[in-house]
Amino acid sequence: MDLIRRSFIATAAAAAITLAAPFVHAADRFITVSSTTSTEQSGLFKHLLPIFQAKTGIEVRVVALGTGQALDMARRGDADVVFVHDKAAEEKFIAEGYGVKRQEVMYNDFILVGPKSDPAKVAGGKDITGALKTIQAAQAPFVSRGDKSGTHAAELRLWKAAGVDLDAVKGAWYRDTGSGMGPALNTAASMNAYILADRGTWLSFKNRGDLTISVEGDKRLFNQYGVILVNPDKHPHVKKADGQAFIDWVVSAEGQKAIADYKIDGQQLFFPNAAK
Amino acid sequence: MSTMSESFATAGRLIVAADPNLLHIVALSLQVSLTAVFLAACLGLPIGAAVAVGRFPGCKSLTVILNGLMGLPPVVIGLLVYLLLSRAGPLGSLGLLFTPTAMVIAQVVLITPIIAALSRQIVADAWRDYEEQLRSLGASTPRAALTLLVDTRFSLSTAVLAGLGRAVAEVGAVMIVGGNIDGVTRVMTTSIALETSKGDLPLALALGFILISIVLILNALAHAVREWAVRRHG
Repeated sequence: MDLIRRSFIATAAAAAITLAAPFVHAADRFITVSSTTSTEQSGLFKHLLPIFQAKTGIEVRVVALGTGQALDMARRGDADVVFVHDKAAEEKFIAEGYGVKRQEVMYNDFILVGPKSDPAKVAGGKDITGALKTIQAAQAPFVSRGDKSGTHAAELRLWKAAGVDLDAVKGAWYRDTGSGMGPALNTAASMNAYILADRGTWLSFKNRGDLTISVEGDKRLFNQYGVILVNPDKHPHVKKADGQAFIDWVVSAEGQKAIADYKIDGQQLFFPNAAK
Repeated sequence: MSTMSESFATAGRLIVAADPNLLHIVALSLQVSLTAVFLAACLGLPIGAAVAVGRFPGCKSLTVILNGLMGLPPVVIGLLVYLLLSRAGPLGSLGLLFTPTAMVIAQVVLITPIIAALSRQIVADAWRDYEEQLRSLGASTPRAALTLLVDTRFSLSTAVLAGLGRAVAEVGAVMIVGGNIDGVTRVMTTSIALETSKGDLPLALALGFILISIVLILNALAHAVREWAVRRHG
């Protein structure tokens, strides 16, 4: 049974090689932040987190999801801090007792992106609800996130404000993709559709095809980001001190300046507005 | 096809520059998937052999179940493991969610049925040929199963490679249980998904080319080892 013995030795060697190499461990001191795809994919966190880590030694691990999912993840206790952008959903999260306190951090704005050919003739305007009404009337293709994200919630609010009852008029023109901002933009680019996007993701998005900004500057397109510490009373393992240190830093003068400093091609992506 | 050529060029640049970020991602991919394959083989090969040789009630239905489980969507496994490891789940206190260990667990669940089902078929075929001979030598059933596993080892390596291919290529499970955290749980496939999301299709495709090359190299290595072993031990 020499062969059997030899196979055991070979297997043991393989095991030693794969298992003994330790997983590359970053800092032992870390917090988990559930956040949105817009903050991660726009590159903001890549800019902010190293500054914070250099100062405090706390590594921040970001899981990027839609706002709805990010809050659900925190409800299950899988995050220490949430950093999202849907005020109504955030306040509900606090009211349910899952969060300690909501603090505003920064804002940017949503934009209506559409094809350069502009089939619905809405380009150049400032009135977002008027533009949505026109798109619906023209049955021009419109891509929706449809994923319970902050941007999706904003889109639904705007349709409502425009007096369009989506459930009644939804048709082939309205494409509910159930995907993140980037994938939804990819879809819109490939079918030349209109889409509501956050400016940060749009600025960092590379596969624009024939898309361009159609409507911007309406004050209803305001996009506020908030940060919340997950309630340690609900989830005792929450890293309260380190999580709070991160929150204190992003709303501090230094953190706020770091946010303002983040630019793509000279354009500022997020505007700090934490309460002093 | 400008995207294609751009991707090739990007892939070449990334490899030549030995980008430390990329190296880390590649190393983590291999480490997670090779560990998962090793554990899945430890589980799957004996299960496959036992089902092939064993004569216990439910043996036939177990075969059907194993074959069926090969088709499990990674995202479903990801979700199950996520709910298991989530703080609100039964194993939440271990704090394993969003770690490479969680990714290994998900991949083990994903590929054990593949290795078990394929090795069951291989051992069952050998059993048909050698059952009488082994019985006449007085081999007990477990002994026979072990002998057949050793005897068919070269064919079984293909079953293990199939498991490795699936592990290293899947994105659904590791995305959910790993969270695609930069520098911690970001692997090849989740990076590709992320770059696609960012609309950087050339970079996404370049990473895809690198992933394919790595899988090819692993398979070539396995093939070479097998050739060498066949020549040496017949």
